[in-house]
Amino acid sequence: MTQHNRAKSGVFTPTGKIQFGIFFQGVNSGTIWKAAESGSQTDFESFRRLAQTAERGLFAAFFLGEGLRLREHLGRPHALDVVGRPDAQTMLAALASVTKKIGLVATQNTTYNDPADLAHRLASLDLISGGRAAWNIVTTDNAWTGANFRRGGYLDHADRYKHAEAFVETAKRIWDSWETPSGPARQVLHEGQHYTVDVTPRLPRSAQYRPVLFQAGDSPGGRDFAARQADVIFSAHPKFDDAVEFRKDLVERSLAAGRGANAVQIMPASEFILAATAAEALEKKEWVRSLQIGPQQAVAYLEQFWGRELSEYDPDGPLPEIDPVVEETSETRGSGFHGAKARQLADQWRAEAKDKGLSIRQFVSSRTARVDATFTGSYTAVADQLAEYTRVGAVDGFNISPWLVPTGLDDIVNHLVPELQERGVYPTEYAGSTLRENLGLETPVRS
Amino acid sequence: MSTSETPVPSTSPAGFLAIELDGAGWDGGHFASLGEAVLAAESAGFHAATFTDAPVQGRANALQRAAYAGPATRTIALVPEVDTVYTEPFHVSTQLASLDYVSGGRAGWIATAAESPEGAAAVGRSSVSGEALAQEAEASIEVSRRLWDSWEDDAVIRDVATGRYIDVDKLHYAEFETPADFAGPAYSVKGPSIIPRPLQGQLPVLAAASLVGEGQIPADAVDAVLVTAPTPELLAAEVRDVRARVGASVAVIAELDVVLHSRGQAAAERSGGLDGGRAQYAGTAEGLMDLLESLLEEADGVRLHPASLALELDELSRLVLPELRRRGALRPPVQDGTFRDLLGLTRPASRYGAAAAAAGAGK
Repeated sequence: MTQHNRAKSGVFTPTGKIQFGIFFQGVNSGTIWKAAESGSQTDFESFRRLAQTAERGLFAAFFLGEGLRLREHLGRPHALDVVGRPDAQTMLAALASVTKKIGLVATQNTTYNDPADLAHRLASLDLISGGRAAWNIVTTDNAWTGANFRRGGYLDHADRYKHAEAFVETAKRIWDSWETPSGPARQVLHEGQHYTVDVTPRLPRSAQYRPVLFQAGDSPGGRDFAARQADVIFSAHPKFDDAVEFRKDLVERSLAAGRGANAVQIMPASEFILAATAAEALEKKEWVRSLQIGPQQAVAYLEQFWGRELSEYDPDGPLPEIDPVVEETSETRGSGFHGAKARQLADQWRAEAKDKGLSIRQFVSSRTARVDATFTGSYTAVADQLAEYTRVGAVDGFNISPWLVPTGLDDIVNHLVPELQERGVYPTEYAGSTLRENLGLETPVRS
Repeated sequence: MSTSETPVPSTSPAGFLAIELDGAGWDGGHFASLGEAVLAAESAGFHAATFTDAPVQGRANALQRAAYAGPATRTIALVPEVDTVYTEPFHVSTQLASLDYVSGGRAGWIATAAESPEGAAAVGRSSVSGEALAQEAEASIEVSRRLWDSWEDDAVIRDVATGRYIDVDKLHYAEFETPADFAGPAYSVKGPSIIPRPLQGQLPVLAAASLVGEGQIPADAVDAVLVTAPTPELLAAEVRDVRARVGASVAVIAELDVVLHSRGQAAAERSGGLDGGRAQYAGTAEGLMDLLESLLEEADGVRLHPASLALELDELSRLVLPELRRRGALRPPVQDGTFRDLLGLTRPASRYGAAAAAAGAGK
């Protein structure tokens, strides 16, 4: 079946292949900075090295996160994890000149950008890169982030997907405004609750028609948004059974949205800890975890939920017996922390740690290490495991967060990729020169 | 990279040359040749390349084109125009700081503020005009400068013993608020920046001389001004007037459209279609050498706007720049030098670091 027919089909059909993307996160505890191999997190050389390694490994895409405000800890910038990163599109434009095939994906927020400006800049990146640009759509709504922007916190949490969808549709209309590939463009008008756009687009269609759309969001609203608008969804479901379940759910939502069963691809976030043997890989995992969550990170993690200093507590001892002083955690440490009920969490966690006999450090490590998203093992065993995913099409690929910069993909590209290629489940060359071609996505229909 | 070398005094007889890579004749749609164009400009010996962001069909974002050129080059400064009126200052600041990283400290910023009903309509704002334009520009420049300073240079400490990646005492909030008499919608920016301090500390900020001065962008907010006059004859006099107005600490760059005799075609036959507001030289390479030599006695640098990038760059590269170097009118390009070095600017300390040090000393 051709790719085109596959996308339109009402029945899901596996491609038999998996793709890799790299997510250069830039901030978090997952990226190790304490090892001798850890390089700069901001110098261009780190980005060049990772992007070129990924391209050597035929990765489909290179993703960058977006920063809108520095995370805080008890009212000050958070000091313990990697922090500070370049602007996504500026960095990707530079990477476009030192790469040829790999897709370049910018995480960009719909809340603190203007649709016409963002659409123009993404179209620009798409042209500069020869049709390799993509937009990873994210939403934010809190006033704390908004403090850095002209309009502050103007958006209600409940409205964030409604707002994002209107934003994305406006961007699509701007990219679709061309009568022919080279013009002329039609004027695009949008009058909405939050903004008004009146623009005659200036950039022609790119080699891939328009930027590819990625979206993350696990709530029912987020999944429906992806099913209606996105080409690829980042899921948080890399474990096999969970992934199969997620696929089933997304296929149903895609069909309900009037798109084919194969219209939206799935790429879960993941981490790989690999070695020649299983024993070495486990040893490596211990080393990785000890560097990701040191004693200070472990205590600071709890402090964020407890809302107070806990420096008197031994990281190798039990969880604090005192209660949190905040009712809900704030957004200041990033979206992953936002909104949890602190006391309820503290009770659960104390019980869980006591039950399993975990110290603060062990407990926090188990919470933060993306346990479900980690593939640990020998190159051959993990290759076998991934090949199993392709049999049923549980996912279309994995979005890998390297725990080392800039050497974090070397293992994967040098050892895992050849194993996967031998099994016939990984590309042996780029299918084309655009991201859309390399992902096997259909050409969009004008919206 | 050199960061704190002795600055070249602005009275140095040798000047620099910049080239606008999007002048008339440059088809911005030919993206495959963007890298080639900037490399050709670099190997010709130009000290800086500028990228216009005027709303022209087919032209990609100026800052992204400059970023694309970053890894391809080692010497030439990369200076995009970025609008200050219909953009988000926090994004602009981060984008420019990132350009400095991807170019190894060779980035600059031509801050623009032009009347643009289309730009206003695109973001759903009412059109800004008159003095309010300079006010928007001044605010945007100030936000960027505070955010660039918001990380002290040595804020990333990577101290394994204490587990601290950064020293929180070396990060600062920008705490910017638009002034009470601000003409546009008021706003504030909190900070710190999302990216560590740019490699140059502060990117050089350029603006049109017509935007800088009393009641507009204060001269001390910019590092260089771009000076326009209606004819080549009037240009040197205008440069002298502007220099007297903005003071010695601001570099002065003269703007010149150029059409040369090329490949048997007389300049006069090709000289239509250029921007009418700028002085234009049309003629032989020899005549241009003499004009540039005399202009560089008054100005710190000259920015050339070629009628056709391909044709003029060829002539400039073969004839004009080599001869100007022989005459000692041009300073030698410095590999891995910063744009600040080129403008004779030292690398400034962070304003917040200096303030913290002063407060510490006073305790």
